[in-house]
Amino acid sequence: MTIRGRAWKLGDGITTDHISPGRFFHLRSNLPELAKHCFADVKPEFAASVKAGDIVVGGQNFGLGSSREHAPIILKLTGVGAVLAKSYARIFFRNAINSGLPALIIDTDQIREGDELELNLATGQVKDLTTGVEMIAPPLPPVMRTIIGDGGLVEHIKKHGGLKLDG
Amino acid sequence: MGKTLAEKILGSRAGRDVQAGEFVIPTVDFAYAHDGTGPLTVQQMKAMGLEKIKDPARSAIFLDHASPSPRLEHSNDHKLLRAFCKRTGAILSDIGGGILHNVVSEKYAKPGDVIVGADSHSCTQGALGAFATGMGSTDVAVAMAFGYTWMRVPESFQVVLKGNLAKGVYTKDFILYFIGMIGANGATYKALEFLGPGTKNLSVAARATITNMAVECGAKAGLFPADEQTKLFLQEHGREKDYQELAPDPDATYERKFEFDLSRIEPVVACPPFVDKVKPIREVGEVKVHQVFIGTCTNGRLEDLHCAAQILKGRRVHPETRLIVALSSRKVYLDAMRDGTLQTLIEAGGIVAGPGCGPCVGVHEGVLADGEICVGTQNRNFEGRMGNPKGFIYLASPATAAATAIAGQLSDPREFL
Repeated sequence: MTIRGRAWKLGDGITTDHISPGRFFHLRSNLPELAKHCFADVKPEFAASVKAGDIVVGGQNFGLGSSREHAPIILKLTGVGAVLAKSYARIFFRNAINSGLPALIIDTDQIREGDELELNLATGQVKDLTTGVEMIAPPLPPVMRTIIGDGGLVEHIKKHGGLKLDG
Repeated sequence: MGKTLAEKILGSRAGRDVQAGEFVIPTVDFAYAHDGTGPLTVQQMKAMGLEKIKDPARSAIFLDHASPSPRLEHSNDHKLLRAFCKRTGAILSDIGGGILHNVVSEKYAKPGDVIVGADSHSCTQGALGAFATGMGSTDVAVAMAFGYTWMRVPESFQVVLKGNLAKGVYTKDFILYFIGMIGANGATYKALEFLGPGTKNLSVAARATITNMAVECGAKAGLFPADEQTKLFLQEHGREKDYQELAPDPDATYERKFEFDLSRIEPVVACPPFVDKVKPIREVGEVKVHQVFIGTCTNGRLEDLHCAAQILKGRRVHPETRLIVALSSRKVYLDAMRDGTLQTLIEAGGIVAGPGCGPCVGVHEGVLADGEICVGTQNRNFEGRMGNPKGFIYLASPATAAATAIAGQLSDPREFL
């Protein structure tokens, strides 16, 4: 599967409070409305101008903080096709896979704001079409490949009637 | 080959011998969510076509983050969650019951358990010798419905503690110091195992401040062995039968080893806006403080209130500073009322809010104004955390918070003892 879109570049230490600020806590049962406030404090223009397939590009420890699964879910709802970062906080990483949002680990220093990117999820290849740089992300562990292959944890459970992770 | 605490517990619940790096499907002893994450758990269970909870006595929902509800949206979430508990039989801890992690420690968690919570600070239960970790709402929905989850058995870091904390220095100072040293992603995916002679004199409450913050350096879990302190805590909460001794094998394999002399730790703060920006108070300089907050799953226990009350007794909160106290549970509320602690805090000029997460998550009860500075005992100081991205938060021990409330500026508590 191929994803193509513009890079939205962010720095190190993007927290789940950056992705989904706590002051919009009351909107958590209204995900489309919550999604309108995605990155409200770090990229106020993001929610209104992100396009389907665009790619969020972070630095180290992307998604640190709370366990709110609303963070990857609203990224997906805004149309984001994938997240790239140098490293992830573990709960966000797991939640992203469960939500069916691809999260790849690469050296994002080589990507600039607005670059046109193309990702091949099967091979982990990331192409920066603007600069010509090509990189390969390490594969996900098999368990996570199974879950994201099924379209996320909800689809996985619907398909198998329970966790089916042995191959 | 010897086992770490993480390998022992996950192995026992997976029903086989396991080593770090393996993927396992352990049974789950307790699963829980709150009013922020629970509605999504309910929604995802429905989406998965799951109606029933495997064992309702081991599943709980806590209404604590917006408690009592400040807005109609939260009220409707509370209504949904109450109905879910009624339908499935899951335990409901309604408003006033207290903060999820504190109540789970008091009533449910036991040594050797695997516990998952839809809240990142679920790792708190490691203070009782449980392998506990935070997950998202959907993972917790699966754990509630099937009674199991999947996990990668983490490598462990051994953190050996020696000596005793000096007067005016608390486990909050130690864990902030540790996070400052190792960094906000210094232990990502690892289990932290706190061992050694320095742990013997640390109560479960003091340990819980440490394990609560394990996630702030990226760790999956933070664990203490189950020993005499654990037994004492369970006795005090009427659960002596839940005790079993638990320790890692002497020849267990640890990825990294650290050793700390607790007597050398001094009062510190984490400066805004990251938990690993830690400095000794003496190096921070003059900081005028508008709001002081004592409470949360990190430091809202009776011991924490005692430590603040000891400093506030017979003194007054600075006229340009406000002191907000939010207790961790109904039990702590009652205990602090009966022993006069609440009176001391109120007479000093503080306001005592009901048990709950209150100001920490920026939902209500203490949202900062633009440019205001708060010194608080919580575990996070991220941008926007207390409801305003233009507010600034320093994290500290309850003693530092109390001393700061009196002085109106960031202060070393040792000057007040």
